[in-house]
Amino acid sequence: MVSYQYIPKKIGKIQFALISPEEVRKMSATKIITADTYDDDGFPIDMGLMDPRLGVIEPGLKCKTCGKKVDECPGHFGHIDLAMPVIHEGYTKLIKEMLSATCRTCGRVKLPEERVKQYMERINNIDTISLKPFQYLSLSGSIRHEAVKVTQCPHPDCGEMSKAITLDKPTTYREEGHKLTPKEIRERLERIPSEQLLLIGLNPAVARPEWMILTSLPVPPVTVRPSITLESGDRSEDDLTHKLVDVLRINQRLQENRDSGAPQLIVEDLWELLQYHITTYFDNQTSGIPPARHRSGRPLKTLAQRLKGKEGRFRSNLSGKRVNFSARTVISPDPYISINEVGVPMPIALELTVPMRVNEFNFEQAKGFVERGHNIHPGANYIIRPDGQRLRLTERNKETLLEKLQVGYIVERHIMDGDIVLFNRQPSLHRMSMMAHEVRVMDGKTFRLNLPDCPPYNADFDGDEMNLHCLQGEEARAEAKIIMRVQEHILSPRFGGPVIGAIHDHISGNFMLTHHNPLFPKEEAYHILSRTSFKGKLLEPDIVDENGKEYWGGKTIFSHILPPGLHMEYPSAVYTGDGDVEEEDSLVKIFPDDDGRSRLVTGPIDEMSIGAFKGKLLEKIVRDYGSDAGREFLDDATRIGITAITLMGFSTGIDEEDIPEEAKLRIRDTLVEAEAKVDDYVKKFNSGYLEPLPGRSLKETLEVEAMRTLGRARDMAGQIASKYLGLKNSAVIMARSGARGSMLNLSQMSGCIGQQAVRGERIQRGYQGRTLPHFKQMDLGAAAKGFVKSCYKSGLNPTEYFFHSMGGREGLVDTAVRTSRSGYMQRRLINALEDLKVLPDRTVRNTSGTIVQFKYGEDGVDPTRSARSDPIDYEDIIRTAMREVA
Amino acid sequence: MMPQFNVMENYLVPRHSIMSEEEVDELLKEYGIVKGKLPLILMADPCAKALAAQPGQVIKIERESPTAGASNYYRLVVEEKTGL
Repeated sequence: MVSYQYIPKKIGKIQFALISPEEVRKMSATKIITADTYDDDGFPIDMGLMDPRLGVIEPGLKCKTCGKKVDECPGHFGHIDLAMPVIHEGYTKLIKEMLSATCRTCGRVKLPEERVKQYMERINNIDTISLKPFQYLSLSGSIRHEAVKVTQCPHPDCGEMSKAITLDKPTTYREEGHKLTPKEIRERLERIPSEQLLLIGLNPAVARPEWMILTSLPVPPVTVRPSITLESGDRSEDDLTHKLVDVLRINQRLQENRDSGAPQLIVEDLWELLQYHITTYFDNQTSGIPPARHRSGRPLKTLAQRLKGKEGRFRSNLSGKRVNFSARTVISPDPYISINEVGVPMPIALELTVPMRVNEFNFEQAKGFVERGHNIHPGANYIIRPDGQRLRLTERNKETLLEKLQVGYIVERHIMDGDIVLFNRQPSLHRMSMMAHEVRVMDGKTFRLNLPDCPPYNADFDGDEMNLHCLQGEEARAEAKIIMRVQEHILSPRFGGPVIGAIHDHISGNFMLTHHNPLFPKEEAYHILSRTSFKGKLLEPDIVDENGKEYWGGKTIFSHILPPGLHMEYPSAVYTGDGDVEEEDSLVKIFPDDDGRSRLVTGPIDEMSIGAFKGKLLEKIVRDYGSDAGREFLDDATRIGITAITLMGFSTGIDEEDIPEEAKLRIRDTLVEAEAKVDDYVKKFNSGYLEPLPGRSLKETLEVEAMRTLGRARDMAGQIASKYLGLKNSAVIMARSGARGSMLNLSQMSGCIGQQAVRGERIQRGYQGRTLPHFKQMDLGAAAKGFVKSCYKSGLNPTEYFFHSMGGREGLVDTAVRTSRSGYMQRRLINALEDLKVLPDRTVRNTSGTIVQFKYGEDGVDPTRSARSDPIDYEDIIRTAMREVA
Repeated sequence: MMPQFNVMENYLVPRHSIMSEEEVDELLKEYGIVKGKLPLILMADPCAKALAAQPGQVIKIERESPTAGASNYYRLVVEEKTGL
């Protein structure tokens, strides 16, 4: 809502330059000479660091320089005249190159006349349009390099031999071992003729090399370094002020000592100290010198620290800012709201507002909001007069404001059901981390989130908090609704499948409803479908018993929520392909019946149908029927699942992992046998009879064989155990249908945990040739190297437990390291790619219009709208066509 | 002395060729750009060297692509990279 007429000035161009000592003095409001800030009465001392001419920080006072009050006066610079010149820490490398590229006596660039002429011509001829700064930069760099290499001044009237100049860490220069003082350096730089500056990278119009050596130091205004008054009445000064005090003190002592003719040694020491203070004033993390510290031992935050890094001005205050119209609270689940919605607690709904321009059509509505005020829900918090004045609504003034309200006012009304807001969870790693939701105002104090939305946000409810942003403009809301709405993000641009889909109990529920087609009487069928958007007549019942009672199969019930005309055939998650009798109902087939209504003919609905990341049915519905149909189907499918699982009942307990004694014995035998086999290998290894594998040493061969034998034994144990864990077992239902957990988890619980590994190898580390003192030295057997024979159910013995912890710890460390590393990697990628966009002609270009790709991704295919790396799913088209012909 | 190789003969190197003036004009017209907006290739690039490409010429690279079949890329030959 900022109008351009209020912007007083427009930036035409920016020029970077060096600041001269004269300029420092010219812009200075006062010279600073004393290191003291305030006198005993608490008034700022004239020509001190808090001089009133440097600006105002206390309300009510007027600035002595410009006469303005707090917030109006921008502050004014002062300056310190340095007793001796000091090197500016930021220019050390450039100073070195300037010194090395020019003659030490005559100051001219060490290149012969004709070279200079040639180069000047090239500089003047540089393409004046786009590439100028970069071409000049690399040219001047190579000129400097050429001049540095010359060992004797090529000018006939000079001919001085050059001496090598070295830079000693932060700010000390040496010429063949002899130390150069800043004063000497300054004198040399002064000798470089202005007309040659362009050659070595300086613009003589705005910079002289000697200005890189400071003789006067600008003192920033007090507004930049405000002092704060503590509750106790004590003043506490900003870090910058502290540093400036140091500079002033040493400067003063240096001046006194120098003027009184103190010994050279003392003057030089003080000079060096002054250099230290000024260096740390600019950057307190300069390598090679200890950082200046506060009295408490905390390192001071000086100029560079204010700007640099994640907490610096750029990344913390300019690229990213704190915003208004936002809210943050804990999230909790609500399976009965739509995936497009977000539950907003009442206290937040009373705080967040949307501006609403009053016109003759909504006048009555607007009056209603103002009348209810700030405390009753669909109310208002502010009204804005046409002159821009904001008035807060209170209990007391709402009647008067109501009378004033007229067309042209803006009412900031509370957010209400259906408003579009942005919802976000950090870390925001992809575009699905920030999606547009519709508001549902609710009781309670948490944001409510439907479960299918958890995978894209990577959210769970163990205390996660999320942020909500309330859009303030019509265009913003329209845009968010069209491109950021949750339903528009069901398909992921990463792999073209759904990132938003059914999880956990949704999948268990649908599986139980559809697997082996259980029958439901009319009341239950109605009950299940009552939670969905299905309207109309039920499909024919599957069975009518002798009493005329009707029963619907789970597959038929599920068929009600399918959109018409679906042809699909795919293996479900429980499909193994080995033709096991129990799994005959594992191929999903969906075809339209004679009325065109889609019917689930065979197969259970599980992760492969509706799950996040894998759900083929969901993917097809979104792709072929649109995101509205996709959202409706997902909402319905998850509700059906939840209703079914509640109706049928579902629980799991530790006894799910019980297996008969006979199975335990068989597992035991397998493991003992495997251990014996490993011992056999060890024996062969020790006696030298082990045949090494190609490309491996003897030791490696032993390890490989041991790992393989024990791995196979673990799998065997798992297989034996899972024979006794059928699809009647709740844990198995969850694992097989893809709801949660895996068969490996189950076999580790009831069979055998298996080999523990650190860095992909059996556990090796220990003292005196053994991993733990429980084993013999040089024992290479299974148990001594971390094979865990027990299962979680029976419990681990102490050595097994220790090895298991070692493996577990490695996992934890890995995840911690991975997140920080991938975070940084992602940051660099984003910085490199942030300004790229795909144009309507499918080229990828950056903001300067340079082409990066001639066709997006080489083939111009958007993965979200393509079928798994193919532009179209021709198999699907053929299948549908064939069915329709038949 | 190392034996000299022509990188262009390696099967992993896609076909590079120097475009004629007319082809370049057509290309620039197709994308509505000036030469400076093309991706760059260094004169010192092994392929540019093998073609003896001069600064200002445009090299056409014909790549095989598993998804697009074939895809063309165009690079402007430059003497040295200049930041940007």
